Amino acid sequence: MKRVGAVIVLLLLFAVIGSALGVIYAREQSRRVFVDSIQLIKDHDDLNVEFSRLELEQATWAETNRIEQVARGQLGMVSPGAANTILVKR
Amino acid sequence: MKLRPRPHPVNTRARLYVVLMMLALGSTALIVRAVDLQVVHKDFYQEQGAERFLREMPIPVSRGTIFDRNGEPLAVSTPVESIWANPSELLEHADRFADLAKALGTDAASLQQKLEQRKDKEFVYLKRHLNPDDGAEIMKLAIPGVSSQREYRRYYPSGEVMAHVLGVTNVDDHGQEGLELGFDDWLSGKPGAERVIRDRMGRTVEDVEMVREPKPGRDITLSIDRRVQYLAYRELKSAIIERHASSGSMVILDVASGEILAMVNQPSFNPNAHAADPAYRRNRALTDVVEPGSTMKAFTVATALESGKWTPDTKVDTSPGYFQIGTYTIHDVHNHGMLTLTGVITKSSNIGAAKVAETLSRDSLYDMFHRFGFGEPTGSGFPGESPGFLPIVTAWGPVEKATIAYGYGLNITPLQLGQAYAALANDGRMRAPTFVKDARNPDNAVIDPQIAHSILRMLETVVMPGGTAFPQAVVANYRVAGKTGTAHIAHAGSYQNRYISLFAGIVPASAPRLVGVVVINDPGGGQGGAYYGALVAGPVFAKVMDGALRLLDVPPDNVQHWFAGGAVVPAPLPAAPADAVSDDAAEEVP
Repeated sequence: MKRVGAVIVLLLLFAVIGSALGVIYAREQSRRVFVDSIQLIKDHDDLNVEFSRLELEQATWAETNRIEQVARGQLGMVSPGAANTILVKR
Repeated sequence: MKLRPRPHPVNTRARLYVVLMMLALGSTALIVRAVDLQVVHKDFYQEQGAERFLREMPIPVSRGTIFDRNGEPLAVSTPVESIWANPSELLEHADRFADLAKALGTDAASLQQKLEQRKDKEFVYLKRHLNPDDGAEIMKLAIPGVSSQREYRRYYPSGEVMAHVLGVTNVDDHGQEGLELGFDDWLSGKPGAERVIRDRMGRTVEDVEMVREPKPGRDITLSIDRRVQYLAYRELKSAIIERHASSGSMVILDVASGEILAMVNQPSFNPNAHAADPAYRRNRALTDVVEPGSTMKAFTVATALESGKWTPDTKVDTSPGYFQIGTYTIHDVHNHGMLTLTGVITKSSNIGAAKVAETLSRDSLYDMFHRFGFGEPTGSGFPGESPGFLPIVTAWGPVEKATIAYGYGLNITPLQLGQAYAALANDGRMRAPTFVKDARNPDNAVIDPQIAHSILRMLETVVMPGGTAFPQAVVANYRVAGKTGTAHIAHAGSYQNRYISLFAGIVPASAPRLVGVVVINDPGGGQGGAYYGALVAGPVFAKVMDGALRLLDVPPDNVQHWFAGGAVVPAPLPAAPADAVSDDAAEEVP
């Protein structure tokens, strides 16, 4: 009788130690993942910042007024008049 | 040492009771206090404890981007850093003021003064909306009590071209005007919050939980076409300058969908710089009302056709160039003599319109104007849109009926006029205009398609030789249907020597795609000079539409009169044989 009791106590003791180790492991894992996630959030943030800057830059370069001035002024482009237009009949 | 005998016998028992009683009292006090701390005030103390290391950190979210119909960004939120300080903490480090002031671009004295004034606060902004790089520079100085906070600032790459439609946001990224206000709920996200554990130095050690999930703002794609918008802006602006006009608006609508392709106003403002004169910030195409003048005659004629009493060829005598109703005299610019109903539109005869109105009941006229949306907001969803003013029918006497028939005595917004002309162009089906791409409002029939077609043909004569808008509103190689309008500006109860020039037009007339409305206020600045709608507003319409039709790849419909000359005035030329044309092109197209 006594023996059975001792075995049970021993088993429980191992189980307690095991679960304690498990908690430590899980805790460590969560810290690591947390650090990773912080880093990823920061990366995501930085990329977003970069993207909005590029978007703005692109919109500024592609401003219609600027395109017109470059096309007419620097490149000497003209919009085709009706005389240079050939009508394709379908 | 010898013990002296006690003078009195000692009552040990009594002493014991006293001690026990004190002990009992003491422990009762302790228990009471413990219960008080652990049970009664538990929440308070736990909260206070948590506050020492737990912090709820806001997670800022960006506002949605506004795109034009082709995906070009019109309003973009970009992150900026705002530098703030805890005054009491910062004041303890007076030796760093010079560094900080230099980095912020102020002087140390005014910085100190600012902090002293807010000594009892825990938060004061030092500088808002800094470029992230500049913000990082300041944070690198590592001055105690100085922190930075992420915020978002709105940029408008198109500047004043789009200013009125988009509106502006305030410094806290909330919409204040225009579509930024109208779609504020959609565009603005919900800032999130997370609970974190922070150490003594304020560094985040651990995320505990997400209190609120951050919801970034949603993007929106407008119906506006940035290229057409720019074109309209450029032409309107140059016309306003050239004509010394005080203000003006132009609206371009897509006929089939009711989408607003362009909406510009003058004067404008730069939305990227704050604090502009409120008068410059109004979206006049929607908030300001004008008397529509002769552009209304189209709807008077629609009533006439619907009554069955008139056909486009019914004659009306407009001589001798004036016409008396009671004590009120109506004038035409010239004596047009005998006109057909079509001629009343072509020559824009006020007398003709008044005589036509005489044969119609005021209820039928009111009903027609009302059906075309005058006197009611268009439902575009733009904040501050004016409904205009159409007097209730019971207030119409014979004079009112006659004047309303040629566009005086009622007020409309340029967008309302565009909406009504779009209905004429769309087989008599009216659709509320929209600013959102592909957000088609339901349409409903307002007049018979047959009548709408007749009116379109009549409006075409306006831009043909003999019409009031020929050749100013002619768009080469396209058929144009339109109507000029010139209205006196009503001021302090009387009409002055100031005018409003209008033009409303539909292109291409054979298969309408676009409707354009141009309104120019006070051309000549009250100094006289040209003010007729055709002369002032007509050319703006023609120039903008010429470009817009090309940009939108609308095929020319005036091929019979293919015009290839240099001047704007098209002379009817015999078209080249169709086969030859297509053969030529076929060689070029692989």
